[in-house]
Amino acid sequence: MAKTDWNPWRRLLALPNESRTKTLVVAFLVASVCALLVSGATVFLRPIQTANRAAEEQSRIEALVQGIPGMADLLEQSGGALSTVVVDLEKGRAAADVSTATLESALADTSNWTAIEAGSDIAGLGQRPDFAQIFLLRDGDDISLALLPLTGQGYGGRIDAILALRGDMNTIAGIAITSHSETPGLGGRIEEPTWQSSFAGTELRDQTGDLRFAVARGDASSPYEVDGITGATRTGRGIANMVRFWLGPDGYGPLIRAIQRREF
Amino acid sequence: MAQRVNFWSTLTDPLIRQNPVTLQILGICSALAVTTSLATALTMSVSLTVVLTLSAAIISLIRRHIPDTIRLIVQIVIVASLVIVIDQILQAYFAEISRALSIYVSLITTNCLVLGRTEAHARHHAPLPAAVDAFGNGLGYSLVLIVIGGVRELFGRGQLFGWQAFALADAGGWFTPLGLMLLAPSAFFLLGGLVWAIRAWHPEQVEPPEHVPPDRTRSAE
Repeated sequence: MAKTDWNPWRRLLALPNESRTKTLVVAFLVASVCALLVSGATVFLRPIQTANRAAEEQSRIEALVQGIPGMADLLEQSGGALSTVVVDLEKGRAAADVSTATLESALADTSNWTAIEAGSDIAGLGQRPDFAQIFLLRDGDDISLALLPLTGQGYGGRIDAILALRGDMNTIAGIAITSHSETPGLGGRIEEPTWQSSFAGTELRDQTGDLRFAVARGDASSPYEVDGITGATRTGRGIANMVRFWLGPDGYGPLIRAIQRREF
Repeated sequence: MAQRVNFWSTLTDPLIRQNPVTLQILGICSALAVTTSLATALTMSVSLTVVLTLSAAIISLIRRHIPDTIRLIVQIVIVASLVIVIDQILQAYFAEISRALSIYVSLITTNCLVLGRTEAHARHHAPLPAAVDAFGNGLGYSLVLIVIGGVRELFGRGQLFGWQAFALADAGGWFTPLGLMLLAPSAFFLLGGLVWAIRAWHPEQVEPPEHVPPDRTRSAE
């Protein structure tokens, strides 16, 4: 009975729960075990999740292209494939030293990001990458469709989308929302095909070249508007700002002008 | 508390008689948010039941060694870690459903139901009864979610698990979907109706009126 137990584990367990040592040790142990568990799960499952996301993005692009009227014919004519191009956003042409394979590592480098001034940062991004991967469909020498990835700030968080522009670079052919965290049933309805279909045929700029695109409150009343979603005003504003930012001078503006000058 | 525990009643009590959602009105935030379709309701139910059972078992295992001063933090850390693991698994293997559930899986952490069970029951009982009790509560929550999710999907879209149960008017059928059913208020109505129905069946659940003056309110959670 008088024998002292030298096993530190049993001595710890025998301590009263109120003792400071035990409190600290228990807190530390619980935290370490939980940290191991969480990081283990994240590390083991990351490859599967990345593959999932890539497959999903691919299928959305395919669905987007398939959903555009007359697209299936165009695809057949041009050999049935979209070409993938990494563009330099500032210069508005294909990036010289970054390819699809090296894009990810290039974007991991903060020097390849540009801070956006507060005044022009309508999409709430703070900074944007200098390179973006876009998809082009060519009809002979002309570009008949461009798929441009967009990112913006919605009500619940980041919204990622892919916008399809027709060859004139002014008419929207379609949109696909690739990820969002808007309120289910309200802003979350941006993922519904019915709403997305109202983008097709919407124009971006008027004759003077002003960017007029907007998400309407209620039903669209001009060729530059798409229908709003009731109860999701901020989501709609987020989408409108996202499109306006990325098609403006800080986004794909230089690229769009290059395509319109047929320099691309 | 080392008496013989009646596992069967521990398991079945929370289904209706002691249902955590309809009697204790716990965890209704997620119950309302994820019940727009049966598939999301079912996934949420399974996730919550797994988290609840595991966390109750783990906390009950170390219950004699949790210092009182930090017991809430210890419980929350354990629950939160389990939730993150479940969320990661869902993202890896059920990407589609994980997107539909969006943040609500992570919000299991703050679900009153989980902390309520670990704090009130698991902390004072052996692992097995604690796990059975937690599992029963998980099932009770699941039952409510599936009933509400089923009704909302059936009347909001005319579907059950994505299978077209009613022929839609758009497609030449007779059923016009009830858009309201897919919005949050309908879940309140349905939950209220469910609580009323259960209390009509089990009158002992009816609470005495709490407040006489009209402007005195007490929050439920």
